[in-house]
Amino acid sequence: MFELENIRKVFGDGTVAVEGISLAIGRGEHVAFIGPSGAGKTTLFRLLNLTLRPTSGIIRLDGLDVTSLSDAQLRDARRRIGTIYQQHNLVGRLRVVHNVLAGNLGRWSTMTAVASLVSPRDVEGAQRVLTQVGIPEKLYARTDGLSGGQQQRVAIARVLVQDPDIILADEPVSSVDPSLAASIVALLRDLSAESRKTLVMNLHSVDLALAHFPRIVGIQEGRVLFDLAPDKVGAELLSTLYAGHGKEEIQRERFDEILPVSGVCRPLRP
Amino acid sequence: MSDSTRSFPSAGSVGRFVPRSYFGVTFALLFLLTLGGSLRVAQVDPRLLFERESLANLARFVGGMFPPELSWSFLSLMARPVLETIQISVTGTLVAVLIGLPLGLLATGSLTWSGILHEQRPAAGRWLLGFVPYALARALLSVFRSIPEFVWAFMFVRAVGLGPFPGVLAIGVAYGGMLGKVYSEILEGVNSQPLEALHASGAGKLGIALYGLLPQALPNVISYTLYRWECAIRASAILGFVGAGGLGQQVELSMRMFQFNEVVTILGLLFLLVAGVDFVSGRIRARVVR
Amino acid sequence: MKTEVKRAMWPWVASAGFALLIVWSYQGTQVDLAGLLGGEGRRQIATYVAKLFPPDLSAKTLRDAALGAVETFAISFVGSVLAVVIALPLAVLTTRSLLYRGILYEGRRLGPVSKGSRIGVYVIAKAVLNVLRTIPEIVWALIFVLLVGLGPFPGVLALGFHTGGVLGKLFGEVLDDVNPRPIETLHSAGAGRLAILFYGILPQAAPQCLSYALYRWEVNIRAAAVMGFVGAGGLGQRIYIAISLFLDNQLLTLILAIYVMVTVVDVLSAYLRRRFL
Repeated sequence: MFELENIRKVFGDGTVAVEGISLAIGRGEHVAFIGPSGAGKTTLFRLLNLTLRPTSGIIRLDGLDVTSLSDAQLRDARRRIGTIYQQHNLVGRLRVVHNVLAGNLGRWSTMTAVASLVSPRDVEGAQRVLTQVGIPEKLYARTDGLSGGQQQRVAIARVLVQDPDIILADEPVSSVDPSLAASIVALLRDLSAESRKTLVMNLHSVDLALAHFPRIVGIQEGRVLFDLAPDKVGAELLSTLYAGHGKEEIQRERFDEILPVSGVCRPLRP
Repeated sequence: MSDSTRSFPSAGSVGRFVPRSYFGVTFALLFLLTLGGSLRVAQVDPRLLFERESLANLARFVGGMFPPELSWSFLSLMARPVLETIQISVTGTLVAVLIGLPLGLLATGSLTWSGILHEQRPAAGRWLLGFVPYALARALLSVFRSIPEFVWAFMFVRAVGLGPFPGVLAIGVAYGGMLGKVYSEILEGVNSQPLEALHASGAGKLGIALYGLLPQALPNVISYTLYRWECAIRASAILGFVGAGGLGQQVELSMRMFQFNEVVTILGLLFLLVAGVDFVSGRIRARVVR
Repeated sequence: MKTEVKRAMWPWVASAGFALLIVWSYQGTQVDLAGLLGGEGRRQIATYVAKLFPPDLSAKTLRDAALGAVETFAISFVGSVLAVVIALPLAVLTTRSLLYRGILYEGRRLGPVSKGSRIGVYVIAKAVLNVLRTIPEIVWALIFVLLVGLGPFPGVLALGFHTGGVLGKLFGEVLDDVNPRPIETLHSAGAGRLAILFYGILPQAAPQCLSYALYRWEVNIRAAAVMGFVGAGGLGQRIYIAISLFLDNQLLTLILAIYVMVTVVDVLSAYLRRRFL
């Protein structure tokens, strides 16, 4: 499905965010990316969902080099990739139904899109996906009146409407409380398994990654540190992944302090 | 946190109906009715724009604009009105402050009749000496700012004759009303604890205003006054239409004589003038409020 | 050290500059505040104000004032709506985050021709807004009286064009300034630029734009009241006549009508703003 070949991304200010990553992700696979913050995971995701263009290297989607695609082809390709963001990125002033139906914008003509703002198209579809994510009663609620967990569910519902082949989730649970986090990750996993979608997720919580994913990729300073099944990811490897990030940062930000608990590492600060 | 605790209707029962607020529908209806009525009253008729005569006039107008009148003699003739426009705006704003500041202070409730400073006053004094001047000042400010500066200018032309003087008075009165209202709003919003301390130490009204209110409010007061000056330069440029000096008089003259190439030049000068004042005032405002 | 001295000096320099400007302006405008407030001036003003009273409340004048007030309201209302209609498309054309920079354009390289033409669209739209805004309402009114003849219609056009320029600039700033995260999301879902505009940008910008439009309506009701000075309808026409013919009592009635109309619009606008924001 996705093939990355020696991807490198340098930003305008000279920061190297991603350095020589090569990866292949197959159809229907579930993969979790873990690593300290600032390791380049988010940049990698924005490369994968075709928002950013790599400085060098090749990204292939189903064997097609995406850097060679035209605007229209790029739009089609993006429609096949659904992204769920950390901040859920919804428009607060719109009703839930419009935020959900926005998943159709890659398909709809502009006329249809505008008309739907006045009288929503495909209300049944929106209702169905909201039922799938467990908040069907919020169909006509104002989005900014929802709790953080509910808004994340709306964002998932939108991706379901979009019905992509690949779901990219960038830290989808870092802004909801821990009890909800596990249920949202499980929800995403089950929904993708049901419809055989590829699921790629950035996770801050190593616990969740190890519990729900069959393949774990550790990213450090823009490079792949390991790419293993969860039972092969030991405490030692994890301390290298996080601690190797530099002692000063751990002290300075009290960030990513690693506690090996029963072979699983847990960052202290969410 | 009640993610799915509430019972919900099944998908079918929701249907296509989008619940909208009662207010929304009423508002939309009233808006359309008002718009419809207003279109009739204002005799809006876009076809007029495309009649042969209008198009001929438009052609004459646009054709007349080029080339703009840039001869030295004309430009030097415009120097005086340009300077006069600046002078009217500055003096007008000065008069506006002289009118707006005292009335604004009177119109500040916390200073004249309500709140902590007046707890101890006998009711009669508080109402007669406090509330009555307050209400009068508010009413006066409201009249001053509701009547457009154009009308003021025309009336002052009648009262004191042609020239820049009526323009100054018009801007002074109309903008004095606006400044006074905003000053009083700024002053009402000031932290009242220092005022209480001054009051407790036996300071009088004026003392409290000078030592407690104004220092706190000064950055905002200066900033808003400068903003009004930016508006005054636009106003002073057009008040000449009723004979109150400045560039407006020249625009009106050139328009009446169908000298559109002169109009273009004057409008260009006006643009430079406004941009210049905006620039100076904007720079100072940014530093004052910082 | 040097910059600190500079920093400490600037209020004094600015104040001195303004003091000079004020003295120069005061002399240049031949303002005679002392004379105005002295015995003679005060008596003149008192006489003039006394002549205004009582307001002319005869049926004919009242009807005239009411008609003028309604016409003024209509001019300001339609003019403001027209302004929004003019401002919105131009503002969209000056939204650079939709045209050539920002999150939508990080994943692709625009060719020089494409980028050049997009910058061209932006520059032209900006220039049009500048021209609309620079020409004062009253000059627009004169121009439109020339084109379509006397009456309230040229007043509507004048307000629409000038205010369209003002609002277009303000709307453009709001549209360019919305939170880019929802835009990124829609973009990554394959939405086109117009869909992004309607689903991501306009809903975020709407409250601020509405607030600006209401504020300009308050300005426009005052402007509409003087459009008649150049023949563009409303109360202004009647006021012009009343002042020119020294019909002082009628003038007071008409001024009261302006006062009522302006207050009504101020209250309405404040109510709507509270209700929507």
